[in-house]
Amino acid sequence: MNIGHYISLLDHSEQALAKAFREVGAKHRDEPDVMVMCNHLASQCEGHVTALQPFVERYQGSTSEDEPDRLHSDLFGGARSGSLALLRDFHDLYLMATEAEICWTVIAQAAQALRDRELLAVVHASEAQTSIHVDWLKTRIKQTAPQTLVAAR
Amino acid sequence: MSSRPRGAGRGSSHNRPSRAIDRIAEPWGTRTPYAPVDGRSEWPVRVDRHISVKADEVEQWVQSACVLCSNGCAVDIAVSSGRMVGVRGRAVDRVNHGRLGPKGLFAWQATNSTDRLQKPWIRRGGRLVEASWNEAMDLVVEQSRRVMREIGGLGMGFYTSGQLMLEEYYTLGVIGKAGLGTPHMDGNTRLCTATAAAALKESFGSDGQPGSYTDIDHCDTICLWGHNIAETQTVLWTRMLDRLQGAQRPRLLVVDPRRTVPATMADVHLPVRSGTNLALMNALLHELIRSGSIDRDYIDAHCIGFDRLAAQVKGWTPERAASICEVPADDIRAAARIIGTARGLFSTVLQGFYQSNQATAASVQVNNIHLLRGMLGRPGCGILQMNGQPTAQNTRESGANGDLPAFRNWDNKEHVGELARLWNVDPMVIPHWSPPTHSMQIWRYAEHGSIRFLWISGTNPAVSLPELARVRRILAKNDLFVVVQDAFMTETAALADVVLPAAIWGEKTGTFTNVDRTVHLAQKAVEPPGEARSDLDIFLDYARRMDLRDKDGQPLIKWHDPESTFEAWKACSEERICDYSAMSYDKLRGGSGIQWPCTDASPEGTERIYTDGHFNTDPDVAETWGHDLETGAVVDEADYRAMAPAGRAFLKAAEYQPPPEEPDADFPLFLTTGRTVFHFHTRTKTARSPQLNGAAPTAWVEISPADAEPMGISEGDLVSVSSRRGAVEVEARVSGVRPGVVFIPFHYGYFDFTGNPRAANELTLTEWDPVSKQPYFKFAAVRVELVEKGGGRQSAAPTNTASAPAGPVASHTSGGAAGAAEENPE
Repeated sequence: MNIGHYISLLDHSEQALAKAFREVGAKHRDEPDVMVMCNHLASQCEGHVTALQPFVERYQGSTSEDEPDRLHSDLFGGARSGSLALLRDFHDLYLMATEAEICWTVIAQAAQALRDRELLAVVHASEAQTSIHVDWLKTRIKQTAPQTLVAAR
Repeated sequence: MSSRPRGAGRGSSHNRPSRAIDRIAEPWGTRTPYAPVDGRSEWPVRVDRHISVKADEVEQWVQSACVLCSNGCAVDIAVSSGRMVGVRGRAVDRVNHGRLGPKGLFAWQATNSTDRLQKPWIRRGGRLVEASWNEAMDLVVEQSRRVMREIGGLGMGFYTSGQLMLEEYYTLGVIGKAGLGTPHMDGNTRLCTATAAAALKESFGSDGQPGSYTDIDHCDTICLWGHNIAETQTVLWTRMLDRLQGAQRPRLLVVDPRRTVPATMADVHLPVRSGTNLALMNALLHELIRSGSIDRDYIDAHCIGFDRLAAQVKGWTPERAASICEVPADDIRAAARIIGTARGLFSTVLQGFYQSNQATAASVQVNNIHLLRGMLGRPGCGILQMNGQPTAQNTRESGANGDLPAFRNWDNKEHVGELARLWNVDPMVIPHWSPPTHSMQIWRYAEHGSIRFLWISGTNPAVSLPELARVRRILAKNDLFVVVQDAFMTETAALADVVLPAAIWGEKTGTFTNVDRTVHLAQKAVEPPGEARSDLDIFLDYARRMDLRDKDGQPLIKWHDPESTFEAWKACSEERICDYSAMSYDKLRGGSGIQWPCTDASPEGTERIYTDGHFNTDPDVAETWGHDLETGAVVDEADYRAMAPAGRAFLKAAEYQPPPEEPDADFPLFLTTGRTVFHFHTRTKTARSPQLNGAAPTAWVEISPADAEPMGISEGDLVSVSSRRGAVEVEARVSGVRPGVVFIPFHYGYFDFTGNPRAANELTLTEWDPVSKQPYFKFAAVRVELVEKGGGRQSAAPTNTASAPAGPVASHTSGGAAGAAEENPE
């Protein structure tokens, strides 16, 4: 059984997303709505991580030892500076949030096959929030893109 | 249903005592109590008049409506020797039945002020100097062309008002959206009513008020949600007062951190901690659902989302909310009982919700209460998501703000196509790739340097926006060309590159719409001073000089005066919910204002919308696909259609979040800002009315005895109030505001003042609600410190309003002989 790997991937994704939300929020504190919302979404990600911990432990033993490290990918190299910075940082966050979103889908499938009702409850509560993260980032990217690419110096 | 009074009897003056009343001392005048009898309920007439000449010297009375708040009182302007000499309420009108508030009675005097702008000004060598219209407009056009060439429409920004006329907004909207193709247009309505629009859209699919003022005549329960109506809409409060003092007194619930006049009369007053409205609302909904005080049949037939809402509020016991809101759980239960047992529930919502934390989410819960109780669309059952400014409804309707005209959906290609056909332009010209830019973002782009031309009309952001130091910095930027169009040299105009002198109310003709959809014609009574021009004429001139064309090479703007603009607007509004198509200037003359929708099928207007529980949520008509209330994430079209709303209202829920700034050791108190009955907006008119300015001559801070005493602060002491963004020095009024919160009125700037900073917005923060994008003015962490003892002197704050002293009153607010206005003049 390999679900342990995937829970660990999800755990890693949510931790990385939380950290990136906080970093982007702090970096772009001059964009008034960004910091508050990024911090809010970061704390939701941190909540997901907490909710996942019992399952990280529950399925730890079921992991084959030689699963390659590259299951984990790094999508975020730190917040940027310059005129494209906000758009590119949102772009990174969007990719990270969609990674978390598809991880929740994957885990939901496995949890159903395992009849793990507790895990399924966590998935349902969390994946709805992650979808909102994706939607918010898309909304904000669509707003920012024209001004950044056409009007900004 | 007809909303036009038949007039018979209402105009007659028999049985009405004629008297003079000091309307500064008694802002609401004399009571005329009334009550429903056998299903009929008619608010008695009381005609208010203030004229500065003898009655027989008035040569002409010109029909208009008041622009000193959003109530829309019908008024006649008195003219003598070509000058405005007074006002009189119109008895025949459905809105005010003859009454006027103190601002309406006295602020007209500003029109005759000697410091009106009479010529354009342009900045030369760093200084503003007088110029001709040709020089000024040539410069405006040259700079517009430069920015259009260098950047295109994305470099242009327009920031307008809630105080111009419908015709002016519509023209401005077409210039921006179909001419220049900029998405960067908004009004200061973003500061006052954006949440009203957002809450209506999220619940009912579209802007447009379900209620009518006549609901006050029939209701048995009134809820004021963050709405100090006694001071912001004095005549609407007068209507409530007359019900409250008549037989069958309605019950009154007030949510407000201050001891407002309505709060002193309330059955339950909930002075919740700043920023916690949603926690309270979730608990009230929880109680209604728990006790079964809901209308399951109505919900099943007319709503979507009940299960999710019920799940969201499930854990919200009164005790849980009480611990967050810092009000007794029993009071929350009592409030829920009042709502749950109402047979005619009437709600109004304003800045206490709109300018506070989770603004849209909290305001939507008011809609939810009415939906769960099935109390909408019949006499006595209504919601007014209030407007702040007189013509804010039109800013929203006409597309001069962050919306498309006539409540069209920017994300619905068919809606954009309708506009393109109407204006005869390529749909690609009309920006619709994302929501039109909200004003706070416009200012951010200007700060960033990607907007380089900003045209401000009829508003004064250098006093009204949050974090003024930042606003002044942006206005002074070298790479931002600023045009200001105003009647006075405001704090904002003084920072402009070009100042255009505008005609004001009474000097131009146009229509506007109040909060209960009543449209009034405001006619020109006198000539503007000097070379001042109407805002409409200025916009038409700009369109001409810019040579804006449609796709056939014809002039884009095909109208030339107020009436032809109104006709063009009627075509734009046709078959939308705000349908004006059966109105005309002629029809608006003589009688009462008329409520939209006004169509061939309802030629006398429509008193209430949604009477059949069918809302504007069908995808083909809806103004929005909606948002997630916690983040503002846009719902996409496919997801919206999949919900198959089909005319059902949405019951949207959200989880409570604490406000983004809370008191701490350095800044231990909450600041909330707001209004006083004697001033409007940034005082450009009310400061120039001796009676009004005398009643509230300068800023103050209200502080509770519990907070004042430990700091050694007493009534009248000079104190400093500071936040992370700035500091002000004002006199202390020790008042009935809740402990932990201080209040400063936002009206006061610097055009008539040279002392230390006093504008409340030096302190406020640049943050906004994620859905409505309305900035937060109701919480900022501040520190109060004593500067100088006042020696027992009473501060200059009014004593007969929410700012009344907690202790004894040494000197009562009064207007003396000058404050006298007639009631029911012979």
